[in-house]
Amino acid sequence: MKTEPSAVQAPAGFEPRITAFVCNWCTYAGADLAGTSRLQYAPNLRIIKLPCTGRIDPLFVLKAFEDGADAVLVSGCHPGDCHYTSGNYHARRRWTMFRKLLALTGIGDDRLFFSWVSAAEGQKFADLVNDVTAKVRAAGPFGAANPGRRAW
Amino acid sequence: MARIGVFICHCGENIGRTVDCPGVAAAAAKMPGVVLSVDYKYMCSDPGQGMIRKAIEEKKLTGVVVGACSPRMHERTFRAAAAEAGLNPYLLEMANLREHCSWVHSDKAAATQKAIDLVRVMVAKARRDRPLRPIRVPVEPTAMVVGGGIAGIQAALDIAGGGKKVILVERGPSIGGHMARLSETFPTLDCSQCILTPRMVEAASHPNITLMTYSEVDSVEGFVGNFTVTIRRKARYVDPDKCTGCGDCFNKCPLKKIPNEFDAGLGTRRAIYVPFPQAVPNKPVIDAAHCTMLLKGKCGLCAKVCPRGAIDYQDKDRLEKVKVGAVVLATGFQLWDHSAYGEYGGGRLQDVIDGFAFERLASASGPTGGRIQRPSDAKVPKTVVFLQCCGSRDDKAGKKYCSKICCMYTAKHAMLYRHKVHEGRAVVFYMDVRAAGKGYEEFVRRAIEADGAEYVRGRVSRITRRADGTLLVRGADTLAGRPVTIEADLVVLADAVVPRSGSEKLAQLFGVGYDGDGFYSEAHPKLRPVETAAAGVFLAGACQAPKDIPDSVAQASASAAKVLGLFAKPELEREPIIARVNRTSCVHCRACIHACPYGAAKDFDVLDRAGKVVRTTADVNEGLCQGCGTCASVCRSHSVDLDGFTDEQIHAELNALL
Repeated sequence: MKTEPSAVQAPAGFEPRITAFVCNWCTYAGADLAGTSRLQYAPNLRIIKLPCTGRIDPLFVLKAFEDGADAVLVSGCHPGDCHYTSGNYHARRRWTMFRKLLALTGIGDDRLFFSWVSAAEGQKFADLVNDVTAKVRAAGPFGAANPGRRAW
Repeated sequence: MARIGVFICHCGENIGRTVDCPGVAAAAAKMPGVVLSVDYKYMCSDPGQGMIRKAIEEKKLTGVVVGACSPRMHERTFRAAAAEAGLNPYLLEMANLREHCSWVHSDKAAATQKAIDLVRVMVAKARRDRPLRPIRVPVEPTAMVVGGGIAGIQAALDIAGGGKKVILVERGPSIGGHMARLSETFPTLDCSQCILTPRMVEAASHPNITLMTYSEVDSVEGFVGNFTVTIRRKARYVDPDKCTGCGDCFNKCPLKKIPNEFDAGLGTRRAIYVPFPQAVPNKPVIDAAHCTMLLKGKCGLCAKVCPRGAIDYQDKDRLEKVKVGAVVLATGFQLWDHSAYGEYGGGRLQDVIDGFAFERLASASGPTGGRIQRPSDAKVPKTVVFLQCCGSRDDKAGKKYCSKICCMYTAKHAMLYRHKVHEGRAVVFYMDVRAAGKGYEEFVRRAIEADGAEYVRGRVSRITRRADGTLLVRGADTLAGRPVTIEADLVVLADAVVPRSGSEKLAQLFGVGYDGDGFYSEAHPKLRPVETAAAGVFLAGACQAPKDIPDSVAQASASAAKVLGLFAKPELEREPIIARVNRTSCVHCRACIHACPYGAAKDFDVLDRAGKVVRTTADVNEGLCQGCGTCASVCRSHSVDLDGFTDEQIHAELNALL
């Protein structure tokens, strides 16, 4: 886990809320493996299961932020391992484009995370959640003015 | 109005220990659309399922959310229960409170809060679920087995015995696999060839089995019940229909010094060859990497001596398409390359050999006719050192897993050596002896007590070669607590078992998962050990994990039973998670058609009553669609949606996290 930069002042008791879009075949199963291996990780992540990362409409990511997420994580099968042959390639291409456009919306690219996690990588999933949570905790809440937000 | 029932499972204490289940149920009761919310110790048990069935009937539920284990574990169970009570099974959703929550968190308050969120997300989804009907597709009752080792042969014979057609694809020129290379097998010491070769012949002559040797899978299309597999029939340069297997060609071929892979490089073969005399089919191939006729256009001797004119130097790889309904992957293993161990000579010491080389030395049909001798000077070794766990159980330079078969074959090797060289010393270095199997422990005891193998517990740190050719094996005897040095004539390394080269590429073609070491992943480690995440693709043998012959054969028969079960019905029900096009809003930009990996999205002509094309839109073929949803996310007019994961549902799920 990275140490938090001291320059950023997060409000006391701030618990990041992270929405994850994961595919059913690799990352969801990897998260299951983290569970069966009893690997402990930060409770700040909420998974939205999709059949494939190719299903991710960029609107979902924007909607997640609109609905109060402090960060969004996208995770699917490693290149070449997609259950649907090529869905993750579509996701990757769209991701590259979308990251550039995201700045226009005022959402910094430090709030959007991406990682390949296979069904065999329970440890990687747990490390990823901890890492993302630490980074978001350091970055502070997104859209702090949002009155409807509550801690997860 | 939605009437959702929420059922929270304690999973004994697995969930209840870190999640306040009654609290979650109470919170869920207040969620919009929820008319019933209860918790119970074991939701998957018969009384638990009974609660769900009863509630569906009595409360007239329109949707169910079960907060329990991973849907990968019990979604089918609960959906079947819902269907029994008359609810469409796709109106039931699961919130993963165990793998994704209670097992990975220890703070009860945070875990409970997360559990409530996960349930709220699924309630939001379930409220927007629509009844779906399974898709029925016809099944092509032909199976394909990839890999012609003992596992593949067994699977093919069992499927063929069940009355279904099988295509057995083998990369090498002959079936038989590694088992054909073994001398004798543990724990009975019966000769490997004697039990295997009749099965090879049976596979080749079975009317239901089509043998495709010297062939590889090139590409795969389709899905369970309806795969179209393109097979690359590699150029043999010998027409198998004309060839009688007389052997004139390979007896005359002037290139005599090519190391034979089958003999682990200890013996030689010609450029036109059959890998071993009992090969099936017993018809030669030309090795294009060595044949001077193919390389330089000089020689042509084999064509001259062939009485049938079967040699064809112009032969080319051919691609052949086959339709199959199910696939068994039985690609097996190979030995880890011990040249990564510099301290054991880095693969440069000629008299440090691997287990297969020893098998060939001990085999009556091997290059030495069963005489155990040193590769360097052909002398009979007086002292042989066997090193177990070479590359296994070493997460630094080797593999972290136990290769399972080495303890047993090393005991066998020590025994065979002592049977052949009575005055010789067989010294075995081991970490632990793992002899779990029927008759296995007795076998190892026999090697030690009756056949006098010397077992030394400890690792070898270094093997060096003296000028006279003797190998100095330096190690530690950890039971005696002292260093040992042994002057050996031959060292046999029990190299780790690793998946066959190219197995990852094959997995990717079939959409099968594999672990960090490259072994294929089963659908469930305990309850679905022969299935994969790809429907209709099954596993047999050491491609899944290191296995000995009995285990491989057992798994092969199990996969054959799965295939026959699949073929028992003329039609197959498939998950109805498929994409649908709203043809009134589709503007026919064809983005989905370009994106679809299955060719399921295609043009659709909208006709008027006179049959004239009014306009063209996109449409999805139900049979081909696998439900990845890539089309839905590329659609610019939001005209494509995915059943079970609709835009509306995902937005509602996100909203539920607010």
